[in-house]
Amino acid sequence: MVSETSDERVRSVSRLSRLLSRPELGAAAGTVLVFVFFAITAGGSGLFSAKGIINFLEVSAQLGILAAPVALLMIAGEFDLSVGSMIGFAGILIAIPSVFWGWPIWLSLLFTFAVCGGIGALNGLAVVRTGLPSFIVTLGSLFMLRGLTLGLTRGISGRTQVSGVHELALHDPLNSLFSGQVFSGLIAWLADIGLIGKRADGLPSISGIPVSIVWWIVLTLACTWLLTRSRFGNWIFAAGGEANAARNLGVPVARTKITLFVMTALAAALFAAIQVLVTGSADTLRGTQKEFEAIIAVVIGGTLLTGGYGSAIGAMFGALIFGVVQMGIFYTGIDTDWFKLFMGAMMVIAVLFNSYVRNRAMRSR
Amino acid sequence: MAEPYVELKSVSKYFGSVVALKDVSFDVCPGEVHCLLGDNGAGKSTLIKTLSGVYTPDEGEIRVQGKPTRFASPADTRNSGIATVYQDLALVPLMSVARNFFLGREPMRKFGPISQFDADFANRTAYDELSAMGIQLRDPEQPVGTLSGGERQCLAIARAVYFGAKVLILDEPTSALGVHQASVVLKLIVQSKARGIGVIFISHNVHHAYVVGDRFTLLKRGRSTGTYAKGEITRDQLLNLMAGGKELVDLEQELAKSARNGSA
Repeated sequence: MVSETSDERVRSVSRLSRLLSRPELGAAAGTVLVFVFFAITAGGSGLFSAKGIINFLEVSAQLGILAAPVALLMIAGEFDLSVGSMIGFAGILIAIPSVFWGWPIWLSLLFTFAVCGGIGALNGLAVVRTGLPSFIVTLGSLFMLRGLTLGLTRGISGRTQVSGVHELALHDPLNSLFSGQVFSGLIAWLADIGLIGKRADGLPSISGIPVSIVWWIVLTLACTWLLTRSRFGNWIFAAGGEANAARNLGVPVARTKITLFVMTALAAALFAAIQVLVTGSADTLRGTQKEFEAIIAVVIGGTLLTGGYGSAIGAMFGALIFGVVQMGIFYTGIDTDWFKLFMGAMMVIAVLFNSYVRNRAMRSR
Repeated sequence: MAEPYVELKSVSKYFGSVVALKDVSFDVCPGEVHCLLGDNGAGKSTLIKTLSGVYTPDEGEIRVQGKPTRFASPADTRNSGIATVYQDLALVPLMSVARNFFLGREPMRKFGPISQFDADFANRTAYDELSAMGIQLRDPEQPVGTLSGGERQCLAIARAVYFGAKVLILDEPTSALGVHQASVVLKLIVQSKARGIGVIFISHNVHHAYVVGDRFTLLKRGRSTGTYAKGEITRDQLLNLMAGGKELVDLEQELAKSARNGSA
C-alpha cells in the first residue's frame, strides 16, 4: 500500500483564479467600463439621475426578461430565433380578443401564455424530432409567426395596430402584474431624505420602480438558481456540453430542450404583456430584431455559442450594458444611429474575451 | 472456482446475412479480470453490446448469477449491476468533475418545499471516491476537460463502481493513452478486482491485457478461439494467437524480400 503523499502538483486554487474563470466575468468588467465611460462623457446630462437610471433600467429589463431564458436555452446548445416574432404575435393575441371580442384582459393574457407556450413546445419538438439545427427551425418560426401576426391582424381589424387596451385593462385583476410601479412609498421616503431629487411641484422625480424591472431581477435569480442549484440545471449544461454522453447516463435531453423552448416562448409572451399593458396598444411589428438583441446580451454575458457553458447573471449584465449604452448615447447627444455599430462591436469583443477566459478555465489549475 | 456473475452461453448474433457472433461462450466471476482480445471486426463490439443489453442474442442465453436473463434495455442491464464504460466515457468536458460524477443521478437536499442539488455532498464524494482509487484531484469543481485521458478513464470507472457495478465492461480503456496513463488505468483495474468486482477488459493490446488479466478469450471472425487461464499460456503464445501475429511475421519476411530485391 502506498502511503498517502500529496501530489506535488497540488496547489490551492486561489479565490482570484476561480473568479477569473467565471463566465460572467467579461460582462461584469464590461458593465463597469461602460458605466465609467458614460459617467465621464454624460455625467452631467442626467443619465445617472434617478429618472435616467429608471429609464435605462427599463430598457435593460425588457431585454433581460428575454435574455435570461434565452441564456439557458443557449447553454443547452440551441437557439430560438422566433422570440422576436413571438413578441409581436403575443401582443396581438392579447389585444384582439379584448378589443374586438370583448374578452376580459386576464382571459386574453392566460390565452396568450397558453398559445405561446404551445408554440414553444412545437419549436422544441420540431428541433428534437428532426435533429435539424434549431437555428433553421426557429428561423422558419420567425417568419411564420410574423406572417401569421400580420395576416390575422389585418384580417380581423383591417389595420396593423390595435389600440384601446388601456381603458379595458384599467380595472383588470392582472393589470398591475405587468404594468405600473412598485415601491412608491420607498421612493417617496428616499426623496424626503434627499437621496432622490424632487420636481418643482415637490413630488419625487420618479414615482416608483416599474414592475418590469422586478420581473427582470426575479427571472434572472430564478434562472440562476435553476442553472446552478437544481437537477434540471445539471441537465441543461450536459445537454449543451455533450448530448450523447448525457443521454447515455439517463438524462432526458429531449425533454430538457423542449422545456427550455417553452420557457423562451413564455418570456416573449411576458415581454409582450408588459409592452401592451404599458403602452395600451399592440403592433404587428413589435419585437422585431429582439431575438438578436437577446442573443447579443447572452453572448456578452459569457455564454458559449456552442452550448455547455454560460450564466444567467451574465445575461443580466449583457442586458444592462445594452440599456446603458442605448440611453447613454441618447443622453450624450451622439447621433443614436451609432448605437448598433457600438453594440455589434461590443459583442465581437465580448466573444473574443470570453473565448480567452474559457480557454484559461480549461487549461490552468 | 467462484460462480460466474454474468455468463454468455453459446451466443450467436446475426445482422442479415452477416454472422457477427457464432456460438460464443464467455463469463466473468467476481474479483476476476477476464480479457477479451481480438482484431478489429472480430466481434468484440457485438459481444460488448450483447452483454450490456444493447443487442439481444439470436441464439443462446445470458445468465446473471446463474439465472437466465433477458435484458430489456441498457438501463435494465445497469440495474442488474453490469456497467459498461464506453470509449467516449460519457463525460461532459465543460462540466465539473463532481457534476459529471453524479450526472443523471444528482444528489438532492431538501430545504422545506424546494430540493436542490447537494453540491457539497457531490464534491466531497467525488473527491473521496477518486482518491480511494488513487487519483488525487486538485479540485472536484475543476472541469473534466482539464483532466488527462487516464484520469478521465478513472473517473468513469470510479463512477460506475460507486453506483454499484458488480461487473465492469471496459471498452479499450488504454488504447488512446500513453504509457504512464495506461499504467494508472491498469492499476485501477487491479484495484476494482480487489474490491470483488468482475472486470471484462476489452483490448487489442496483449501487453496491457497480460499484465492484469486472469483469463483470456480470443475472438476471431465472430468465433471464440478459446479461453485460457494465465498459467496456461505465455504472452508470446497469446500474441501469436491474435490476428496479426502470423500476419506480422509474413509482412516482415515480405519486406525483407523486397528490400533485397530493391538493393539488387
